[in-house]
Amino acid sequence: MQGFASEFNQALSLILQGDAELWAIVLLSLRVSLFAVLISAAIGMPVGAALAVARFPGRRMLIILLNALMGLPPVVVGLLVYLMLSRSGPLGVLELLYTPTAMIIAQVVLVTPIVAALTRQVVEMLAEEYAEQLRSLGVSQMASVPVLLWDARLALMTALLAGFGRAIAEVGAVIIVGGNINHVTRVMTTTIALETSKGNLALALALGAILIGIAIAVNAMVSSLTLRAEREGLRHA
Amino acid sequence: MIRGFIGALSVTLGLMAGTASAEEAFIVVQSTTSTQNSGLLDYILPGFEAETGIDVRVVAVGTGQAIRNAVNGDGDVLLVHSKAAEEQFVADGWGVERFDVMYNDFVLVGPQSDPAGVKGGSDIVAALTAVAGSEVPFASRGDDSGTHKAEMRHWNAAGIDPTGASGTWYRETGSGMGATLNVASGMGAYVLTDRATWLSFGNRGDLEVLVEGDPRLFNQYGVILVNPEKHTGVRAAAGQRFIDWLTGPDGQAAIESYMLDGQQLFFPNAK
Repeated sequence: MQGFASEFNQALSLILQGDAELWAIVLLSLRVSLFAVLISAAIGMPVGAALAVARFPGRRMLIILLNALMGLPPVVVGLLVYLMLSRSGPLGVLELLYTPTAMIIAQVVLVTPIVAALTRQVVEMLAEEYAEQLRSLGVSQMASVPVLLWDARLALMTALLAGFGRAIAEVGAVIIVGGNINHVTRVMTTTIALETSKGNLALALALGAILIGIAIAVNAMVSSLTLRAEREGLRHA
Repeated sequence: MIRGFIGALSVTLGLMAGTASAEEAFIVVQSTTSTQNSGLLDYILPGFEAETGIDVRVVAVGTGQAIRNAVNGDGDVLLVHSKAAEEQFVADGWGVERFDVMYNDFVLVGPQSDPAGVKGGSDIVAALTAVAGSEVPFASRGDDSGTHKAEMRHWNAAGIDPTGASGTWYRETGSGMGATLNVASGMGAYVLTDRATWLSFGNRGDLEVLVEGDPRLFNQYGVILVNPEKHTGVRAAAGQRFIDWLTGPDGQAAIESYMLDGQQLFFPNAK
């Protein structure tokens, strides 16, 4: 590990000088994971909220299952999505394997349970709080879902951030369905895996530092948005 | 939120369209980590891409996995290094025809202190026998890759079944060449590696080449077009063009001219 400092400096200067190749990798990571989170939100939030307010047999089991799915092993998800998208698989004709779209699909599978499970938790608490009001207004269970989601929006940002954190940091699934193809499906985590396998540990670590930096930046951005929304909420109230 | 969903959906569809429009002008090559990690493909592919306009997308995995992916039809060309497995792939009808491309060799690397005392030898079977006899750590790929298959052939020739010692001195990493070299470097283990990955590897620690030059350490690479009759999606025309280039004068010259630290890593030998 000689020259650790120099390799670290080299990686940092690549970033600061706007090395096109490196930035393309960073942008692809962000693009894939942000889309995955958006799609997961569109699926996971309504499902989570519905599960929070609806009462039906087997609901408890479904919640346990959903919570367990938060811990899906990425490699298994990668394999499942690979088997679906492979030319030998049922969706092979779509030719999606080894594309960013395949990576988005894998991340959606990983992130949706997280968003749904956390939404369920947040909305269920809120629903208990509002139960009397909603009942007096004669709002049905399902009709209350959009209202509850809207009122819980700030807390739900945390659910989305948790999902984003999972997506951007994940390597096991995207390396299988993306193939880590240079300029096509190479993202930050697969680059880190590749550089590690080349024995370029310092460069891999420096890329890891960037990844953490991005995660901090995204979290800070969301947090400042949330704060502003909270303040405005107070002003209107 | 609904607007968000529609936005996400339309952008995603746009993303899909973006990848689809480039479809006719690329091929997927299932290859091994050694061709990628050594930098060879990054060096030679731009020449082919500039000449033909065909983008070559390389998925670099172990030979075993590359072959399985190709059997599933998830690639147009197979570029790997395990001749017996490649010939089986063709014999089973998954590939059209196998062509020699280039060769280099395997080397046995290990700690400078060399507790098994094999340094300077050129007999890989004798060296492995010595390693097994002294029960010093040996890191194996253990992943059905071309290098793993080669390693198992040499154990077989030595009449030793190291998997019986799995978990003691024989450590199966189940990982790629680079990851296995990292493990060997960390625990001071012996390891069989292809020379190209070794020369381009950056975390050698106190590992060095101990045994080389045995003719049995010859490492041949072959290229095969995935059979379009098995999988209709195979881009056969573009794939064949790549094979013709790789085994023709331009590709062979490009392979020959690739140097790392003044050393040639691959030796072209297409017929």
